[in-house]
Amino acid sequence: MTPASDDPNAERKAWMRVLARASAGDMRALLADCPALPPHIRLRGPEVGLVMARGRIGGGGGAFNLGEIAVTRCTVRSEAGQVGHATIARRDDEAAELAARIDAALQDPARHDAMAARVITPLAAAQEKRRQDAARRAAATQVQFFTMATMRS
Amino acid sequence: MAYVAVKGGERAIDNAHAWLAETRRGDQAVAEIATDQISEQLGRAVDRVMSEGGLYDRDLAALAIKQAQGDLIEAAFLLRAYRTTLPRFGYSTPVDTGAMHIHRRVSAVFKDLPGGQILGPTYDYTHRLLDFALAAGAAPPAAPQAESGIAAMPRVSDLLDDEGLIEGDGADEGEPGDLTREPLAFPANRALRLQALARGDEGFLLAMGYSTQRGWGGTHPFVGEIRMGEVAVEITPPELGFAIDIGDITLTECQMVNQFAGSKTKPPQFTRGYGLAFGHSERKAMAMALVDRSLRAEELGEEATAPAQNVEFVLYHSDNIEGTGFVEHLKLPHYVDFQSELETIRRMRADAGRAEEMA
Repeated sequence: MTPASDDPNAERKAWMRVLARASAGDMRALLADCPALPPHIRLRGPEVGLVMARGRIGGGGGAFNLGEIAVTRCTVRSEAGQVGHATIARRDDEAAELAARIDAALQDPARHDAMAARVITPLAAAQEKRRQDAARRAAATQVQFFTMATMRS
Repeated sequence: MAYVAVKGGERAIDNAHAWLAETRRGDQAVAEIATDQISEQLGRAVDRVMSEGGLYDRDLAALAIKQAQGDLIEAAFLLRAYRTTLPRFGYSTPVDTGAMHIHRRVSAVFKDLPGGQILGPTYDYTHRLLDFALAAGAAPPAAPQAESGIAAMPRVSDLLDDEGLIEGDGADEGEPGDLTREPLAFPANRALRLQALARGDEGFLLAMGYSTQRGWGGTHPFVGEIRMGEVAVEITPPELGFAIDIGDITLTECQMVNQFAGSKTKPPQFTRGYGLAFGHSERKAMAMALVDRSLRAEELGEEATAPAQNVEFVLYHSDNIEGTGFVEHLKLPHYVDFQSELETIRRMRADAGRAEEMA
């Protein structure tokens, strides 16, 4: 899952991963602290459609079709000239369009640093905290087998 | 005649549906249930409807459950109907369940497996006593959190691979067939069978899996591993040309390990059945894994005599949307068919009567 360092798209993939998991409300709130996003035109969408999720036989073998996921995709071009894209695994036109606009802004050298610091970093931190909370809850349910140790002593 | 019947029926149908809507709402003195309450508080029903509806969307599944008054097969039917209105954007990269953010992971064969036994939010070990505190409505205490979270966990099947005592994940069969694009046809390879089982009826698969345990095509199963948690989904949009992560879905995976005496071509080793289902759907994933293995009878040179080993029988009857359609259509008007049957019976009786008179 971790992008290889020689992947030219690694940085963009990393912020797209964060944007795909962000709610429209959270993105709007963080954008309030940034210079306004440039005007944009919609090249496609936002539109809802289906992605067929695939699994692997036995977990690691040949692919099979598991079932579909409802997704929203959006492609925009900002006035500054960048083309931004988002596909998110839920039905939410506003979130997909915002994510695409932020993706475009992050590709704009004049806007990248502010966007990365004020939008992506806090979103990523909140998502990581959510994952860590779940991982700690899971760890609390780990079975500690003590019978053998007790019998040996 | 036909038009008269349709027009007469129209008002009755409208009125019936109005009464249905009122019944669905129930006593209006009681607060109306919201779809977010369903997706948050009836999560297992949502998982099942997504699984059998073949569409991962918690909000839509919750709406379908509300609309169907909790009739989960009707709700799955609603999801199947809705999905036909949406365009298909493409296929995901196969999900990597080995990289799952684990909420639950247990093995019934290795006590001390790397990563440990993680019970997660399970009904196992509950006493199945009705909890009247829930009827009163009480906020639960916060679930305890350990100091540090769990690490990534290798799949049990990868751990066992070393000695060759257990079969591998299977060779790539190439581009898998897609039941949402082409109707089921036989012979159905394992990829196609797994797709059918993944959206198959949980009750049907449970009964089929159970039948193998009771001796109709026994496979001597052990739960190698069950894991449940969040898995990232990736697609490659054509305009980008590289894979992007579009978010997480919750999946339950079951690796069933089965005794196998060997055949003319294969040494004795453990074989495997595989189950994968949307949401937290453990019973479904386990039953699916049992049936996946029993359907491999022919491939493994076993005598296929039991229903659960019969690929056509299982796959033709696992889909509850098709099943309910064909069973429930029986209650729709068959006046003309029945009239012609009546005529036939009358004629046969008359013919028989004449034959008697002549004798």
